[in-house]
Amino acid sequence: MTDAAAVSLRQLGKTFAAGEVTALQEIDLEIQPGEFISLIGPSGCGKSTLLRVIGDLIRPSTGEVVVNGKSAQQARRDGDYGIVFQDAVLYDWRTVARNIALPLEMKGWSAKRRDERVRELMELVELTGFEKRHPWELSGGMQQRVSIARALSFSPALLLMDEPFGALDEMTRERLNGELLRIWQETGCTVVFVTHSIAEAVFLSTRVVVMSPRPGRITQLIPIDLSQPRTWETREEPRFFELVTELREALHGGSGREPSLRAAAE
Amino acid sequence: MLRKGGSLLAVLAVLWGLWEGFKWLGEATELRLGTFTVTDLTMPHLHDIVGQLFEPSRTNGPLLIEVLWDSALFTAKEAAVGFVLGAAIGFAIGVVLHHSRLLQRGLLPYIVASQTIPILAIAPMVVVWTGSRGTPAWFSVAIIAAYLTFFPVTINTLRGLDSADPRALELMRSYAASTWEVLWKLKVPASLPYLFAAFKISATASVVGAIIGELPSSIQDGLGGAILNFNQYYLSSPPSLWATNLVAAALGISFFLVVALTERLVVRRAPEHVA
Repeated sequence: MTDAAAVSLRQLGKTFAAGEVTALQEIDLEIQPGEFISLIGPSGCGKSTLLRVIGDLIRPSTGEVVVNGKSAQQARRDGDYGIVFQDAVLYDWRTVARNIALPLEMKGWSAKRRDERVRELMELVELTGFEKRHPWELSGGMQQRVSIARALSFSPALLLMDEPFGALDEMTRERLNGELLRIWQETGCTVVFVTHSIAEAVFLSTRVVVMSPRPGRITQLIPIDLSQPRTWETREEPRFFELVTELREALHGGSGREPSLRAAAE
Repeated sequence: MLRKGGSLLAVLAVLWGLWEGFKWLGEATELRLGTFTVTDLTMPHLHDIVGQLFEPSRTNGPLLIEVLWDSALFTAKEAAVGFVLGAAIGFAIGVVLHHSRLLQRGLLPYIVASQTIPILAIAPMVVVWTGSRGTPAWFSVAIIAAYLTFFPVTINTLRGLDSADPRALELMRSYAASTWEVLWKLKVPASLPYLFAAFKISATASVVGAIIGELPSSIQDGLGGAILNFNQYYLSSPPSLWATNLVAAALGISFFLVVALTERLVVRRAPEHVA
């Protein structure tokens, strides 16, 4: 049952600065394959830390992380996830195509296979024709699409995204939200998405994880029962606004009083 | 390009004006600065210096510029070999120190100290050491040039390898990249602007090192030899030494330009990131 989960976190804790700062405390969470999970909470609630713990970029202080039925470290070594940061983090000295091919180079793909895969990905993120450009010649939104293509290049089952659209303007963000959902549906991957935009979390997710700050804890899990596929009209449905309100109350209520942890862990 | 050439000419014209203007003023007012007076001996006319290049170097001999051209080529060989050697060693030291904080703390002070020793003090030792092994004399000069070259490269390699974006490092970790892959696919490309800044300093330093290295090696074929030679005949022909210095400067500038041109071809960066 745990083996079937895409990500399984048990009694996870993380302290920094020799125990002085508790970033995460008693995190219990199961993410099923194909889910789109958003982590939301005020800044400093440890949502980015949680994402990095899942990706084995940070070791937890206590508790257990299981990704695709293996340890987080093994999952990272096996290339089980792709990651996207707030900034695109592209290599200036590489063209768009070679940026996308970077993980494939490291995994030892032949040049021919890489070229084919890059062509597919350029189509997927709708950037065909920009292969030979350098990152600085692209707009912020286009750079982030390159970054998503790079993360998807080796078809990982899990996509970790750390506020990927946080630095973009509202219009670009909404367009990329739609594109991300299309990609999510086409690839069938599991997404863990860090955001501090309430509307974005509701629009994208199948479930939203609400976190409280210092120490970072899960205060609530809100299932998003909007119908799939989500479209431009989704944002105008009454249910969308109800969920936005529910999430907002969860965020503001959660920080003031003692959160009920057992309920959060279901 | 045209504007660049124009401004270069303008700068040359201003420098010429300053030199000749100061010379004219100094001679007219019989200016004395300590023991310094302005005469044709202390400050030859610029046209005499340039003109000297096209005079025979000795009676019935080849033109001075032909002699200096050969000397410059000889010194260029020493400097180029020294530069490549020094840059490679400097880079290698930088990479090793980057990967070991312990070695960095232990060795860096000595590497810094190595640069406080005057080159004139170590040059004879290098000549004796390498000479006793039967290597040609010019190679010991190349080693002296390398000694001046490696230091800026080591320092900037250390700085450059640390300059990679922390999230880019996380990205490499997410790919389970080896230390070697992180080095060649991320840290070294990210450090290129720093490396080229060092190469530019080192390129001119290697020329200076080669010229100075020739002096204690009693090598006559290079610019160092020529400078020593014309130094002795300064009283009879001041413009010869000045002309030699002009050629030495031209050699240093051409080394710099080769590095700057290579940088343009190699370093692909957002315009605002170019060092």
